[in-house]
This record gives sequence, C-alpha cells and structure tokens, in this order.
Amino acid sequence: MRFAVSLLTVLGIASIIGTVLKQNEPYTNYIIQFGQFWFEVFEVLGLYDVYHSVWFLLILLFLVISTSLCVYRNSPNMLREMRVWREHATEKSLRAFSHQHEYQANGTPDEIRAGLTRFLTARGFRFKTVQHENGDQLIAAKAGTYQRLGYIFTHTAIVVICVGGLIDGNVPFKVQELLGYKTVEVRDIAASEVPAESRLSTANLSFRGNMTLPEGTSADVAFMRMRDGYLVQELPFRVALKDFRIEHYATGQPKSFESDLVITDPDLAEPLEATISVNKPLIYKGIAIYQSDFQDGGSNLDFNLWGLFSNQVAPLSVRGTIHQEVTLGEGDTALTVEFDDFRKFNILNLTADGKGKPHNVGPNVTFKVRDTQGQAREYVTYMQPLKLDERFYFVSGMRPALQEEFKYLRIPVDENFEIEGFMRLRAAMMDSAAHAEIARRLTKSSLSADADNDDMKGKFESSVTQLLRAFAEGGYTRIAALIEDSVPEEQRDNAAQTYIKIISSAAFEAHNLARERADKSPAVADEETLIFLQDSLNSLSDIFFYGAPFYLELKEYEHREASGLQLTRSPGKNLVYSGSVLLVLGIFAMIYIRERRIWLLVKSDNRVLFAMSSNRKNRDLDLEFARYQEQLQRLLA
Amino acid sequence: MNNALINDEPIPLLKRLNWQDWLYSIVLLAGAIFAFNRYSHHMDVYEQGFLFGAVATFSWLGWSWKAMRNLVLGVGVLSLFAIFVYDADLQRAEQAFFLKYLISSQSAIMWMNVLFILATVTYWVALFNRSQFTGKFASSLAWAAVLMGFVGLMVRWYESYLIAPDVGYIPVSNLYEVFILFCLITALLYLYYERRYATRQLGGFVMLIISAAVGFILWYIFDREAYTIQPLVPALQSYWMKIHVPANFIGYGAFSLAAMVGIAYLLSARGILASRLPSLDTMDDLMYKAIAVGFAFFTIATILGAMWAAEAWGGYWSWDPKETWALIVWLNYAAWLHLRLVKGMRGPILAWWAVVGLFVTTFAFIGVNMFLSGLHSYGEL
Ligand code: HEM
Repeated sequence: MRFAVSLLTVLGIASIIGTVLKQNEPYTNYIIQFGQFWFEVFEVLGLYDVYHSVWFLLILLFLVISTSLCVYRNSPNMLREMRVWREHATEKSLRAFSHQHEYQANGTPDEIRAGLTRFLTARGFRFKTVQHENGDQLIAAKAGTYQRLGYIFTHTAIVVICVGGLIDGNVPFKVQELLGYKTVEVRDIAASEVPAESRLSTANLSFRGNMTLPEGTSADVAFMRMRDGYLVQELPFRVALKDFRIEHYATGQPKSFESDLVITDPDLAEPLEATISVNKPLIYKGIAIYQSDFQDGGSNLDFNLWGLFSNQVAPLSVRGTIHQEVTLGEGDTALTVEFDDFRKFNILNLTADGKGKPHNVGPNVTFKVRDTQGQAREYVTYMQPLKLDERFYFVSGMRPALQEEFKYLRIPVDENFEIEGFMRLRAAMMDSAAHAEIARRLTKSSLSADADNDDMKGKFESSVTQLLRAFAEGGYTRIAALIEDSVPEEQRDNAAQTYIKIISSAAFEAHNLARERADKSPAVADEETLIFLQDSLNSLSDIFFYGAPFYLELKEYEHREASGLQLTRSPGKNLVYSGSVLLVLGIFAMIYIRERRIWLLVKSDNRVLFAMSSNRKNRDLDLEFARYQEQLQRLLA
Repeated sequence: MNNALINDEPIPLLKRLNWQDWLYSIVLLAGAIFAFNRYSHHMDVYEQGFLFGAVATFSWLGWSWKAMRNLVLGVGVLSLFAIFVYDADLQRAEQAFFLKYLISSQSAIMWMNVLFILATVTYWVALFNRSQFTGKFASSLAWAAVLMGFVGLMVRWYESYLIAPDVGYIPVSNLYEVFILFCLITALLYLYYERRYATRQLGGFVMLIISAAVGFILWYIFDREAYTIQPLVPALQSYWMKIHVPANFIGYGAFSLAAMVGIAYLLSARGILASRLPSLDTMDDLMYKAIAVGFAFFTIATILGAMWAAEAWGGYWSWDPKETWALIVWLNYAAWLHLRLVKGMRGPILAWWAVVGLFVTTFAFIGVNMFLSGLHSYGEL
C-alpha cells in the first residue's frame, strides 16, 4: 500500500522531468543550451526523450507488474467478500461493534422478523436468516457489495491501459536496436537511399510517422523522428496529394485545413479518394492518416530586384522557388538567396497600441542572403504595403541571426501606391553624377536670382554637392560623422539642423529631377510630397543597415502548398479505450457504492440487537446508522 | 407498526416529485421541442441527442436539487430576453439599455464578478458575526453571481453566432471562458455542499479562490481585452473539446473546493476560528467528497482529452506537457485516495496534501500554458 503510493509518486516525478525539458528537439539545440559536457550526460540519461527512455519504460513495466500482482492477490479475496454473508457472527462480536444498539421489541418473533426483513428490503439490503441453536435468529444483511468490483476494475484498468500504451510505444524497436538489428539514420539523404537497418517494414505493429507532400506528389513512406535522426516507415499503399486548402474566416484567421488525398494500393480496384481535415482523419488498412500541419511546397515567385546603392532606375527580374536558391553576382561578391518560405496569409496587428483588430496583410516571403564566406542574414518581405502610423510602406525585416528580432526597413509608397517613386529618388540621390545638377537647382531656387554674389552661390553649390555625396555614402550617420569632424562642439546642433534642411530641400530637387527624367510632371511642394520625401530620406539612411545591396520586391506568385500528414497505426488503442471505460466504471463503483452490512439478532426474549458496519468508516456510516437506529426504535416499539 | 414502517420507508425519486417539478420539466421539454422544430435541420443526430439529453439531465438535476430549477429557469428567461432584445443585431449591445448595463455577455460577466466579490465579503462578515441572516444573504449573492455568469456564457454563445454564423461556438474554448466556467462550477459545487452539510461557514474560504479567479478575469479583460470573441482555430473544432473542457473544470473546481476546505481544516485544527467553523469531521468528509467527485470527473476528462488528441493530433497520448501534467494531477489525487481509502488515514496530512494538490492543479491549469510549450493551442497567455 505504502508501496502503491510511492510508485504513483515516482511515476509523477519522472513525468515532470519530461515537461520541464523540451523533448525531441534537434540535438544541436541541446548542445547550445547545456554545453557539450552536460549534453552528453543528459543524453546518457535519456532526458531528450524521457518517455521512451529505458528507465521510464521500466517504471511503467514495474507499475504493470506490481498492479497485476496486487489484483491477482487481492481479487479472490474481494470476490469472496462480495459473496459471504458473515452469518456466523457471534453475539459477542456484534456487541463489540462501534455501531450497535439493542431494543426490546413487541410482538411475536415472526412479526418482528417480518418487520425487520421488510425494513431491510426497502432500504436495498439483501439478507440471509440463520437459526441459532439457542432459538435466536440472526439476520445478516448486506448492500453495496459491488463496491469491491471497483477495486478490481480500476486496478485491472490500469494494467490494461499501460499494456495498450506499451504496445503502441516503440518497445519492439527499442529491443531490435539493443540487439543491433536497427539503428537511427542521422544523414540527410533521400528516403530511397536509407539502408534497411533504418527502415521499418509494413509488418511493424505500431508507429507514428510524418509525411510532407507537396501538391501533385505522392509517397509510400513516412518518417519517424527519433532522437537526433529518423527512421523510415514503409507503408502498404501510396498516398498522393491532389490539393491542399486553407479556408479562412472573414477576419483572415484560418478556419480549416483540408487535404484531398488519393490512395493507390494493388489491393484496391481503383484509387481511393478522400478528403481529410483537422479532427477528421482517414483510416485505411488500420492506418490513420491525419492532417497535422502544412508548409510551402515550392511556390514560384517573381521579384523585381532593385540595386539599393546604384543609380539603376529600372529593376531586374529574378525568379525564385521556395526551398531553392538563386545566386546573384559573381566571384567574391556573389550572394546566394535561399528562399525559405512563402505565406499567402499573414494575420498581423498593426495598430500602434496593439489593441486594434489583427487582420490579413497579404503574402510575405522569407529568405536568406548568404555571402561567399557562408555568413547569412535572414529577411522577411511583405508583398503589399502595410499601413503603419496611418501611412503605407513596403516593409522588409532583416536579422543577422535566427535568435535575434527582425529590424524593419520601411519604404514609403508613391502616389500610385508603388515602390517606383522611392526607387527613382534613390537612383538620383545615389547618382554622384547628378549631385552637381541637384545642387545647381537648389541654389537657383533658394538664393534670390539677382543675388550678385556669384562667389557665395558657388560656395553654397559645392557644399550642397559635398553633403549629397556624404549622404549617398552613409545616410544621416555619415552626415553626423561629418559634423563631428568639422564643426566645433557648440555649433553642432545648429549645423545639424541646417544640414538636414539642406538635404530635405535637395531631396525635393532630386525628386523632381528624377520625375523629369521619367517624363513625369514636376511635383509641388505640398505636405503629401514633403512627408513622402521625409520618409524616403529615412529609408535611404536605413538601407545602410539593411545588410543587402538590393531590395527584392515580390511581384507575382504561383502558390504551391505541401500538406503535413501524420500516419499512425496503434493497435493498442482499443485496449487503452476499453481500459478507460473499465477505469471510469471502477472509480464510480469504488467511490459511490458503499458497502454496508447489518446484523439483526432477534433473541428469543424479544430483544433485538442491531449492529452495522462498513468497510469504510466514515461520516456516511455514522449518519446512516443513526437514522436506522431511530427508525428501528419506532418499528420495534 | 406497519404505519410507522411505511412512514419511514425511503420513497423513490419519481414519487417524491411535486407539481412544480413536473411543471419545470414540461417547460424544459417544451423548450427543447420548440428548438427541435425550428432548428433540427441544422443539427446532426448527436446534437439532437444532446438537446433531449439536456432536458433529461437538467430535469434530474432540478428534481434532486430544487435550487437548480430556479437557476435553470432564470438563466433561460434572462438569456431568451437578451436574445430578444438583441434582435440579431450585435450593435444593440451598446444601444439597448438592458444589454448595455445588464445582460450583454460582457455586462453579465461583470455583474458576476462583482457579485462574487460581494458574496466573498458577506460570507466573511457572516463568519465573524456568527450571523445566520448575513450567511443566507451571502448565499443569495453567490447564487445571483452564478445566475449572471451562466447568462453571460449563454449570451456570449449567441453573440458569437451574430459575429458570423461560421464563427459561432460554445464558449468553453479559451482561457477567458474557462475561467468563468471555473468560477461557476466551483461556486455550484460549494452551494451544493453548503445545503447538504447545512453549513455556511466555509463560504468565505471557498469564495476566496473564486475571487482570485475573478481577479484574473478582470486583469484579463482590462489588460488583454480577452472578452473579444475570436473564431476557433481548426484543432478546437471538435465535439470532444466541448465535453472534455467542462468535465475538466468540474475536476478543477472540486479540487479547489477541497483545498479551500483543507485550509479551513488546518486553521481549525490549530484553534483558529475553531468555534466558528464546522467540526473537523465534517470538513474532513467534505474534503473527501469533493476530491472523489473531482477525481471521477477528472478521470473522465482526461480520457476524453485522449480521445480528442487521437483525432486531432494522431495519437491518444503524446506526452505533451499539458497531458503529462494532467497525469501528474491524477496520480496525486489517486495517491490521496489510496491513503484515505486504504489506510483509512484522516487528519492534517490529508488536508495539507489537498492544499498542495491545489498548487499542482493550478500549475496544470495555467502554469503549463505560461511556462511550458506544447501542442495545446488554447489559453496562451
Ligand atoms: C484509479 C485510481 C485508483 C484508485 C481509486 C485506487 C484505489 C484503491 C483501493 C480502494 C485500494 C484498496 C483495496 C482494498 O483493500 O479495499 C487500493 C489498493 C491498492 N492499489 Fe489502488 N487505486 C487506484 C490506482 C492504483 C494504481 C495506479 C496503482 C499502481 C501502483 C495502485 C496500486 C494499488 C496497490 C499496490 C494497492 C494495495 C493492494 C494491497 O497490497 O493490498 N492503485 N487501491
């Protein structure tokens, strides 16, 4: 008994370990987290997959064996207890009961006995009467003896459930692995190349594997992740994915994930078509196929590639495919773009205080840009402009490492809601050949025409040109450095203000110069234009921190999804479920059926001895005894 | 002699019913038939089963616990009134007086919060003043809170369908809703035992944990706007969930009740408030009853959870942290029951154990969501 409680406690504590340490992560994560030494210690202890470790399985096995023994040992006793009447109780032993009372009854013995038996029957007691040699009659009654079945049911249920669970666990594989027949595959190779010792045949009794199917493809193996590698599970049929769909609520949140599957199997006259969705699996040949997740299955994407630090006006076209890469440039400066993910829907909350409603902001693409040294930065770029602080921007986030937060570059939209306006301005501002022209125009517009001081005009022009060059080399940061180098400290604030003003005015001239070159009418200096220019200058300054010399503007996409399926065969499931039913029945029996026994000894001198007991001494017994005692008093009076 | 016998004989439930009981059931049945006639084409066989099953269940509940009749009818009348005032227009929540101040789901739940806090205070006043009258008043406040809470949930159910027919769901699906459910179930369990044991002195203790939950709800409302109705993610669209969650909360509620009684027990055992609280035996028994109910329902809930997991994730048991903690809670109370039933243990150790059990349960309930990550997709904080 103390043993049972200890066992329950040990099992509880063992289970906690696996919830504290995240299970089944890639091993590199653990190495980063714990360092090499502790990583190895924990690996030996099996802490990365506690619930399938040998020691945990041993605890479970121990639980099964000890509970079985307990049931085996106690059940015969319990069943006997259920059947016996205890009609041999002596008067002496009855008088020793804590719940007993004696009455002096009226009436003939037969009347008394009839009254008492009616009393018992009305209260659900069954009874047996024995005649003692001295003329006394003993009525031995019992109720609620099925309570004892509760013990047998619950404890048998525990055994049944654990056995079912063990069947569905990976014990057979564990044994084969220990004997050296099977190993976990850790190489990243095609399923067909995985050698036999890492493959499990279709005869494997139980498994739980995954399969990622891009639309229009099929497969006949599933993968089981195990520790730092995987196993290949062969299937007795082939699954093809015709179509994967996500339906959305009006707010944009996903409402359902559905896959149209086609099963082909030599045993089938014609392919079996079925649609599965979350909570609605397909079961075929004892294997259940579940919708578990989804990912990109290789969408094709068309981009405009804009050089950020050049005077290039027209973009280049780049075509990319998710899970593939594209190399831009040559030699040491070549950059490889690895396209990782495309998402058609993104639910974001863009309100400033974060309290507004999230909504769908359209597609985005995630990619990495890797240089020849292997250094990579990760980018996420939204296709459509996002509304931030009441204005629209093209947004692209960058982070130098996976564990960091994205920092966002925001590029203002032009009057046509396009990126061209900014890119034209950028081309002019980055074009050192245009700086002189911009400076000339600015001088003309800002110094009065009749100013006769040509010398001053020349000076102004050259300082504007110089500022523009500095800005083109490093944005506001560069200007700040310039000020720090050449202006005495007490005049820096003033200088900064003047310089910023000049840059802004120059940007207006650059904007119009760019428009002129694009055959567009000149812009007027209204508020709209000024805000656009301000935003543009900020982004121009930010591109120096963007980490890539280009901006990939997503123009078109051809969406192709992949459905993540989970395939399981779990023959133990029925055992587990039947065990569960047994468990519930048992618990209710154990808790809500109360076994009680009553003895009524009718003596020949009309004295009646009433004694009551229960296998559980508690308040209910006290109350019931008190009630009966009083009722019998009235009955026998 | 025969007369005396007949007077004492236990009368079966059906023969004990009076005309009010029958009227109550007829009203329930009429409501169900009305709903069936009007909406049966939207229901599958199970839902039709649930509809009439509900009539049977609530009849039985109302027959064996008379106060339940008033609650069920009260919730029905107020909810129907709210639906009538809404007139299928969500905007009316802000315009119609009754909705804005009383029975839109948000207002009703606010009322529930306020009433629970008032009930807590009143129970404590009653305990210190030894006042029967104040105690009765406290019970009424608790009943009123339960009424408003259920009205709030029912109206929220309706509101979710007003947002869009495909958004509609029964409100037991996120942390906000289940916290309300927790308050209601714990309060109902307490009110049941209050009548059974004819004692109001424990109300203050039990209401404390409900007040704590109310505090959480208020924080959740004001800081996180948790009351906004969000459509269900695909994994939560399951029948299993709809029974798994309430069953779980009967478990949590009962365990909390036991723990609070455990605290009262421990105080009383040290002589604190001893003259005001019920006898140790009574509290010990109450603790056992609560844990027994909780254990039974928690077992059912865990099994239902496994069946749901089998359908949603492809395996009935994945050792996901939430599942594992459910198992730990279960093992904890299984050990408790062993000590009590097998060893016949009584007294402070079990009371302490019940109190500690509350911490384990609370961790399984919200701690897991906060500190551990897993497959469970609702109730992230
Ligand atoms: C559903 C939960 C459980 C309940 C309600 C329960 C209840 C009980 C009860 C009432 C007894 C005493 C039977 C008697 O003598 O009258 C008992 C005995 C026992 N139970 Fe459990 N039990 C449960 C689960 C378990 C589990 C999971 C184990 C596994 C370790 C276990 C192991 C034992 C053992 C070892 C005994 C003592 C048998 C003996 O040596 O006499 N029980 N249990």
